[in-house]
Amino acid sequence: MTEMVYGTVPVRTGDPVIPRWWRTIDKWSMSCILMLFGIGLMLGLASSPPLAARNGLDPFYYVSRQAFFGGVAIVVMVVTSMMNPQLVRRLAVLGFVGAFVALALLPIFGTDFCKGAVRWYSFGFASVQPSEFLKPGFVVVAAWFMAAGQEIAGPPGKTYSFVLAVIIVSFLALQPDFGQAALVLFSWGVMYFVAGAPMTILVGLAGLVVFVGTIAYAESEHFARRIDGFLNPDVDPTTQLGYATNAIREGGFFGVGVGEGQVKWSLPDAHTDFIIAVAAEEYGLICVLVIIALYTTVVVRSLMRLMKERDTFVRLAGCGLACAFGVQAMINMGVAVRLLPAKGMTLPFVSYGGSSLIAGGIAVGMLLAFTRTRPQGGMSDILGRAGR
Amino acid sequence: MNYAALRRPLRPLARILRARDTGEDPEEIARENLRLRHEQIALKARARAESRLLVMGLAFLCAFCVIGLRMGVIAQTDPEEPRAAATGNPIIGQRADIVDRNGRILATNLDTHALYAQPREMIDPAHAATELVRIFPELDEERLLRDFTGERRFLWIRRQISPEQLQAVHDIGEPGLLFGPREMRLYPNGPIAAHILGGASYGREGVDSAEVIGTAGVERFFDAYLRDPAREGEPLALSIDMTVQAAMEEVLGGGMTLLNAKGAAAVILDVHTGEIMAMASLPDFDPNNRPPVLTEGDQSDSPLFNRALQGVYELGSVFKIFAVGQAVELGLLNANTMIDTRGPLTWGRFRIRDFHDYGAQLSATDVIVKSSNIGTARIALQIGAERQRDFLGRLGFLEPTQVEMIEAPTGAPLLPRQWSEISTMTISYGHGLSASPLHLAAGYASLLNGGTRIVPTLLRQDGPQQGERVVREDVSAVARDMLRAVVTRGTASFAEVPGYEVGGKTGTADKPRPNGGGYYDDKVVATFAGVFPANDPQYVIIVTLDEPVETSGAQPRRTAGWTAVPVAAEMIRRTAPLLGLRPQVELATLDGVVVSAEN
Repeated sequence: MTEMVYGTVPVRTGDPVIPRWWRTIDKWSMSCILMLFGIGLMLGLASSPPLAARNGLDPFYYVSRQAFFGGVAIVVMVVTSMMNPQLVRRLAVLGFVGAFVALALLPIFGTDFCKGAVRWYSFGFASVQPSEFLKPGFVVVAAWFMAAGQEIAGPPGKTYSFVLAVIIVSFLALQPDFGQAALVLFSWGVMYFVAGAPMTILVGLAGLVVFVGTIAYAESEHFARRIDGFLNPDVDPTTQLGYATNAIREGGFFGVGVGEGQVKWSLPDAHTDFIIAVAAEEYGLICVLVIIALYTTVVVRSLMRLMKERDTFVRLAGCGLACAFGVQAMINMGVAVRLLPAKGMTLPFVSYGGSSLIAGGIAVGMLLAFTRTRPQGGMSDILGRAGR
Repeated sequence: MNYAALRRPLRPLARILRARDTGEDPEEIARENLRLRHEQIALKARARAESRLLVMGLAFLCAFCVIGLRMGVIAQTDPEEPRAAATGNPIIGQRADIVDRNGRILATNLDTHALYAQPREMIDPAHAATELVRIFPELDEERLLRDFTGERRFLWIRRQISPEQLQAVHDIGEPGLLFGPREMRLYPNGPIAAHILGGASYGREGVDSAEVIGTAGVERFFDAYLRDPAREGEPLALSIDMTVQAAMEEVLGGGMTLLNAKGAAAVILDVHTGEIMAMASLPDFDPNNRPPVLTEGDQSDSPLFNRALQGVYELGSVFKIFAVGQAVELGLLNANTMIDTRGPLTWGRFRIRDFHDYGAQLSATDVIVKSSNIGTARIALQIGAERQRDFLGRLGFLEPTQVEMIEAPTGAPLLPRQWSEISTMTISYGHGLSASPLHLAAGYASLLNGGTRIVPTLLRQDGPQQGERVVREDVSAVARDMLRAVVTRGTASFAEVPGYEVGGKTGTADKPRPNGGGYYDDKVVATFAGVFPANDPQYVIIVTLDEPVETSGAQPRRTAGWTAVPVAAEMIRRTAPLLGLRPQVELATLDGVVVSAEN
């Protein structure tokens, strides 16, 4: 009765962990995540055999790896989502420190996979990209700072979190990994916005982003080439983007059929950055719309649930995580349809990649932990005790 | 001790002071106040965050909708164009044909194949190597075997193979030997118009196709144009007439052999449109099998050297008509004005002589007819350096021709460093200024076509050029009459071709020794520059022979009248009908024929 009326559940001490988790978790979002992972596996079956053939591996090498890492990621997600916000915060701060050290040491111990940037640590069986793990950690730490900053006589948390963001962004930009840098900056901006940024500063920040973008365009050839490719109205059919666009066209509404797609043979990044093109070609617009709907559901539902949240830290951290997750998906798909300039960014949970899957599992697990139904003091509102 | 706590203001001050008076715990009041304030702040922040989160949610919803819509829009459109199977830029192999003015093919493409090997796919490398050497004897079996069994994953074996060779390699049955389709540039006429066409070779090569790029001549000049896919293979029409070109090359080759010349060049130019109807340079080459560039010696001895365009020579007396023509234009003289031709003409340390002594004076026409250096030099003195330079500039002699060949800029005229009076005099009879035969053709055409400047071109034109006026029309007619007189009663009498009223001027220039050591006595460049028909100018013809000698007489004869002129005459006899000119047959007299009518 109480739950139906107020959307709150009184927490009973001694309540078993798993039933309580099951009652309070956002089941819709979690189902969406699981479906996304399933779609990712299905698309991996289509997109990765050509790559495996090129590398002389078993055709389903990448699919089985994806399934393995996906399983790990789901377990990590569920375990994380069972924690309470304080525990999440503690572990996230520790994880953040670890990931930051790893990021800082990249130039010394990292591996360059011939793509012009040192972003990975290579361990025999897998490679790890510290920035993937840094992102959720940063969101939590920044939210903590900001929440603390709202306390009376608290530290200037917004300033601290901004300084932290700038440090991380500059580390990432030096790699160079402008995509992750932009994501970090974006999630900080979102949290700052929700934490109550004055309008003047928001406008100023927008100006700063434009300015930094211009500098990057002028200074970095890598970056400039991608922007030029985007601004050029007619797409060269022999670029990655051209192949992606043609794949979407070939697919039409219902796709060319399972296994019939061609784009996976020509695109080197078909299993990661351009997996949406494979989806569009083989399964058609329908599949793409389903994927988009799943991402939208996760992001919008999480934000709606956070609207009711009274704890500033939980609200900010959850919002940052949800937006980082959503915007990454948005950028990936926006690039494929040429709404955004070409930027290598994986589609969370769908693209192939062990380290990004597990990092995604952690991030989404945290998000689910933050969006769990909790007593929000609605009772005291009704009893008229608030503000007295 | 927390300093900040000590400095914290007591709030609410009034209640705390009162509480102190009444003995209540002021700390509790302060804590309660703090809690209330905190709650208020949180309430405000939550209200603000609620609306901002709503904004964020709506923004994400919109953004995802836009992406979905955009996906739908793209999915609706049709795939743009067939994709190349390989990654990377596709190589566009098509290249448009080149045709002559009547559509006869000068350059086209032939489908052929390249042969390559993927040693990893090979079953029996030893057998493949043996069989390949049987088909292509020039290959080295040991090296092939080494390549086939080594580390290489890919190698080209032959760039082009014939259909018979293709079949033979196919019959080896080796899966590691593969064929890549190719287009091969073919010049079906062999060496005809070789210098104009230039040649082509492969640029970027892939397994599926290879770029054919021009290496010289119009192939190189119009390379991008010929390869432009937007033109859909529409052929490039040149101004030359293949039959005229072929006849000209044949006659020129015969003349060069008969006269033991080292090289020869000829140009036929339409005086009104500026179209080059034919242009040849000997020795020539076969563009299907372009010889390598000389690595030592004089490049002008290479068959690749285009004497008509790149070869700049002191062309000699053929320049005299420019001096006389300009003098008539300036009103300094008319066709009958008597010119002082007493020699030698001494100017500083220079002496100008004539081939023969022509007496005290000659009329202006006879200066041309007899080719008097002294007379021309005196006329040039009257004109002056400034005006001469200006006039030659308007005829195009001061800059490279702008003809549509990649080599055109290399045919830059050699001009005197200082256009002194002695230069003025020597240039008037064609020494001291070196120009190409094509320059001369353009100059003659501009002077003789009625007096308007034409720029020679290799592209088929639709109508006459409307160039700036160089001389008056009547001056042009006077010049033509003088040139006609040279043929009827002067040095170029061998140029008379019945029915075509040839007019022209000979020029025999001693070749300069290399390194500026004066001139050879026994090496000349003999040139005939003519126009036909003189009474209705249609074409200009230039024939230049390098070091010709005519040995039928007691003395070896080298003058153009004995060398270049007969060759030019034969050329006109052969090509004029091909050019569509009717011979101007003088009607037999009707004496003795009585026209009567009875009824």
